[in-house]
Amino acid sequence: MKLIVTVVGKDRIGIIASVTKILADNDVNILSINQNILNGFFNMILFAEANETKIRLVDLQQKLRAQGEAIGVEIKTQHQDIFDAMHKI
Amino acid sequence: MITIEDILETNQMITVNKLDVRTITMGISLRDCAHPNLREFCRNVYDKITKSAEFLVKTGEEIEAEYGVPIINKRISVTPVAIAAESCKAESYVPVAETLDRAAKSVGVNFIGGFSALVEKGYTSGDRILIESIPQALASTDLVCSSINLASTKAGINMDCVREMGEVIKRTAELTRDRQAVGCAKLVIFANAPQDNPFMAGAFHGVSEPDKVINVGVSGPGVVKHALENLKGANFTEISETIKKTAFKITRVGQLVAQEAARRLGVPFGIIDLSLAPTPAVGDSVARILEEMGLEACGAPGTTAALALLNDAVKKGGLMASSHVGGLSGAFIPVSEDEGMIHAVKRGSLTIEKLEAMTCVCSVGLDMIAVAGDVSASTLSGIIADEAAIGVVNNKTTAVRLIPVPNAKVGDVVEYGGLLGYCPIVPVNRFSSEAFIARGGRIPAPVRSLTN
Repeated sequence: MKLIVTVVGKDRIGIIASVTKILADNDVNILSINQNILNGFFNMILFAEANETKIRLVDLQQKLRAQGEAIGVEIKTQHQDIFDAMHKI
Repeated sequence: MITIEDILETNQMITVNKLDVRTITMGISLRDCAHPNLREFCRNVYDKITKSAEFLVKTGEEIEAEYGVPIINKRISVTPVAIAAESCKAESYVPVAETLDRAAKSVGVNFIGGFSALVEKGYTSGDRILIESIPQALASTDLVCSSINLASTKAGINMDCVREMGEVIKRTAELTRDRQAVGCAKLVIFANAPQDNPFMAGAFHGVSEPDKVINVGVSGPGVVKHALENLKGANFTEISETIKKTAFKITRVGQLVAQEAARRLGVPFGIIDLSLAPTPAVGDSVARILEEMGLEACGAPGTTAALALLNDAVKKGGLMASSHVGGLSGAFIPVSEDEGMIHAVKRGSLTIEKLEAMTCVCSVGLDMIAVAGDVSASTLSGIIADEAAIGVVNNKTTAVRLIPVPNAKVGDVVEYGGLLGYCPIVPVNRFSSEAFIARGGRIPAPVRSLTN
């Protein structure tokens, strides 16, 4: 299952570390990361692949959302299919 | 490969422009529930609905979470009750409506549609009992929606039923007067009703549908408006192309959700209804799209042309995005459910006559319009007859959902809350249609050639 994780919020030290730790702990492999800081705001879009037998998407979403709330950023985790459906013919 | 821009565009559509899947509607046939004993029939209906739709809401919520796209409503449509209940020895179908209500509450859906009869050519005994039961059924239930198809291009217009429905609307308003006649918001009168419409209040599960089916209604007026905001001064070819592309993207999301829902529930996928369904929220309005095209207010001269372009482009864009398209498919123009329409009525730019003209090119009809409580049954019937004639002659679906609010006058505003919104009382022509409506009989089906 391919996933897209988007992280938006005020920049601080350790955002990537805390997000990727959760992914690693749940056997989620990172395929690509696109990240920048704009006017003090942190933006990241991360492409990843998860093993459905190891973790359910809704559970992973829950963990990432909770972490986002803890560090003051918004973390959204979505199945890649919605983007494929909309942008690929 | 999906680009960063694609991801940002999709998420902006969802978070800023209010893109959503408006409804996943499970159609359930009640044909196998028939029983001469009403109580047995109701038990069969309850069991079938609760068993079939047990996981509908949960599945919808899971899909919503995984893809990050809101799915606003989960609903059920059933075989028109006038057909399913006809073999019961009963004088009223109110207990059936109450059973539908209980079943809907038990599985957690927002609405259940199908307290319906198809009478464009005439009545059976079940049709008569059902129509007689509508006011009480809508007053004593919360989630049940009712619809009547009283005209079609092939059969003409059943004017006896047109007369009767004016009275049914009035009785329904009276029985729900303590809630500003909200019963009437759950009653739709159709010409050329589609058998696979997932939108309420007019959804029912047609007799030629499979045992169970998943139909999905998409939405997204805010997304279309946003796309047009970047086209100041562009000509209509560009406007149309942009709406098509946007509708394509919106519909692809609906198709994905529909396929997933069908797969997870083990129920065949029926259709996608490509509709722009507004809500009372700011930024989710069809009227504002029309105004974005250059009209000072919805209802100004040019509104019908703008709506015609919008309706057509939405269909063209959505058709390729889905394997099966059906339902109502187009732009809805409900007054109380559309922030821009409400504003236009308040400003005096939108009248019921202009709305009638707009229904010649929109996807449905005169929808969610509150009128004064002293508007007579025959005037309501006259409006229904006009709307049915537009549908029958133009070979399209039209519908009427009027709410004569007891004690309300022009200048008042009625509030329903939620998706039903709020509405200023819309003025209606005061000249009488009584002798016209009293005639009854049938208006014959129209000739389909010599089209001028």
